[in-house]
Amino acid sequence: MRDVPAALPRWIDVALLPVLNVALALSAAGLVVWAIGQNPLAAVRLLVDGAFGSALAWSYTLYYTTNFILTGLAVAVAFHCGHFNIGAEGQATLGGLGVGLLMLTLDRWLPAALLLPLALLAGMAAGVAWAFVPAWLQAYRGSHIVITTIMFNFLASTLMVWLIVNVLKVPGNQAVESRAFAAGAALPNAKSMLSLIGVEWPDTPLNLAFALALLSCLAVWLLLWHSRLGHALRVVGQSSDAARYAGISPPRMTLVALSISGALAALVGANEIAGVHHKLLLDFVAGAGFTGIAVALMGRNHPFGIALAALLFGALAQGGSELVFEMPAFTRDMSVAVQGFVVLFCGALSQMLRAPVARAHARLSGRPRRRHG
Amino acid sequence: MDELIVVVASVLGATLRIAVPLVLCALAGVFSERAGVIDIGLEGKMLAAAFAAACLGAIGWPAMAALAGAVLVAMSLGLVHAWACITHRGDQIVSGVALNVIAAGLTAVLGLVWFSQGGRTPDVAAASRFTSMIAGAAAAVRSWPLVGPLLAEVLLDHNALVWLAFALVPASWWLLYRTRFGLRLRAVGENPAMVDAAGISVTRLRYGAVLLAGMLCGIAGSYLTLAQNASFSPGMTAGRGFMALAAMVFGQWHPLRAGVACLLFGFLDAVAIRLQGVPLPGIGSVPVELIQALPYALTVVLLAGFFGRAQAPRALGRAYVKER
Repeated sequence: MRDVPAALPRWIDVALLPVLNVALALSAAGLVVWAIGQNPLAAVRLLVDGAFGSALAWSYTLYYTTNFILTGLAVAVAFHCGHFNIGAEGQATLGGLGVGLLMLTLDRWLPAALLLPLALLAGMAAGVAWAFVPAWLQAYRGSHIVITTIMFNFLASTLMVWLIVNVLKVPGNQAVESRAFAAGAALPNAKSMLSLIGVEWPDTPLNLAFALALLSCLAVWLLLWHSRLGHALRVVGQSSDAARYAGISPPRMTLVALSISGALAALVGANEIAGVHHKLLLDFVAGAGFTGIAVALMGRNHPFGIALAALLFGALAQGGSELVFEMPAFTRDMSVAVQGFVVLFCGALSQMLRAPVARAHARLSGRPRRRHG
Repeated sequence: MDELIVVVASVLGATLRIAVPLVLCALAGVFSERAGVIDIGLEGKMLAAAFAAACLGAIGWPAMAALAGAVLVAMSLGLVHAWACITHRGDQIVSGVALNVIAAGLTAVLGLVWFSQGGRTPDVAAASRFTSMIAGAAAAVRSWPLVGPLLAEVLLDHNALVWLAFALVPASWWLLYRTRFGLRLRAVGENPAMVDAAGISVTRLRYGAVLLAGMLCGIAGSYLTLAQNASFSPGMTAGRGFMALAAMVFGQWHPLRAGVACLLFGFLDAVAIRLQGVPLPGIGSVPVELIQALPYALTVVLLAGFFGRAQAPRALGRAYVKER
């Protein structure tokens, strides 16, 4: 490693380097597309059209974006406290389970106005609980949170299989799923909400959870940069020794950060179970928890960046599924590969370009930098 | 009585076969993490290797050549990991996660494009597969009373990779604890500055360890498609890499103990398969999910130090910055 100036102009660190890293990731993906004998530019055109070409396309894109914003925020909040939460997948699963179980118990008794907030709370409580255990074990028993959250992902999916197959499945029904919730027991979808204000909108899975996701962005931003708690949380993430010296308890902040993380991830379960499927079923998270890692890294752990990155991945998910019709070589797996490249270049290799960019900057700004060593 | 022995023999045999990829990946994890580099990417390297082995086997390469190709693929993923974590001091966990995701995506995409069977590869012909090494001997002893089934299932009816995997457990122990290379490798995971001060390259040692881990994951992946199954299907590693990671932690980063942990996990899995839908006297039918969840739950409990404290290498996860 040659010497890299510790401080570059802020715009390089905040904007230029992330954009260059994303560009590298996308070129790697383009290379794969080219290698399998397809035209990357044609693919991009089809993808963009499939993701943004119509109100219908937009609607699906935003529906996927909802999940990615939420898991991205979940990963980011833990990251700011210095922890890597790989467990968003399991926390979202439990979130859906909490929502579903409450719905299945009370949907015949309560009006939607009461039922839905309760279901959201139940889901978030379940998500928090699923994140709390690994957090507690990390904070007070010194377990490695990465490994415990991975284990909790497996435990969550096993728990779901067991519950649905043995307890909730409708007897005589081949499909592995619970009964459908009562008619009104659903988060209002975009079509019905927009028709209230006279806007005609296609019938898609997009629902109120999208608004919740945007609100979560705002809430996380306020929490992290404009609240005492958020400041404490970030101090722990930057230096737990300094935090302890300042009278902040790192174990307690770990619990707080992961609880918030679990609650955010749980909203994915609410989006899918209360907003889209209206029944409990398996694998409704569909990897959104892992995509959240890419989203958080790409969005630099900032709510604004996360919303943008989530939109990109939402477009990839939606545009990618349209692409399948046009280019048979494409599947959803292509967007998985793209995610991988984003995690690699924006996460693991995020500092790779810093030295060359710094040299280029020094040369262009005409001030030869002092060289060390 | 005879029936019981046949059941026991088949469960123990299955235990060994299930444990093979776990053992190989756990050893990979031991080498990498003993040198101070976290290896979350076991799963991805194994998956990529399984795919490569199946592709090469399907186009008619002999088993050993397909194995070598798969090992190269896994090692090149290891090289990416090393380059990101060691050369560029990137986050080791993030890099491992990236490898897992890239492998999951690329194997499915390439499988679909090359073979158009929904991501699966065609079956590998028997000639390109690792089959039972001494099938004749197993068949000969199987009918012996009492010990026959045990001998056949547990000892004789295995392919070369099963033997190799279990031979590598003591071999790894020897390499780590009885050679100069092993001493240095462990030292670089505990105190890289000291190794550096002794004039030994931290970078080179760590690269070596990560590449060694890649090689072992490559063998594990090859086992999945050249021995256990005959073809590749997307996501077929199904969390085995993470299970191996758990076994490695469970085995406290020690090859022998990790091997035992893999056998335990393999045994639980074999029992779970065996117990599917079988009511037990006095307990009733045990949910298969409960037994399947046991390795994960055990790992969590062990990590929490409730029985036995796992001590990770001290410099694990930390990039080394050379003093100037």
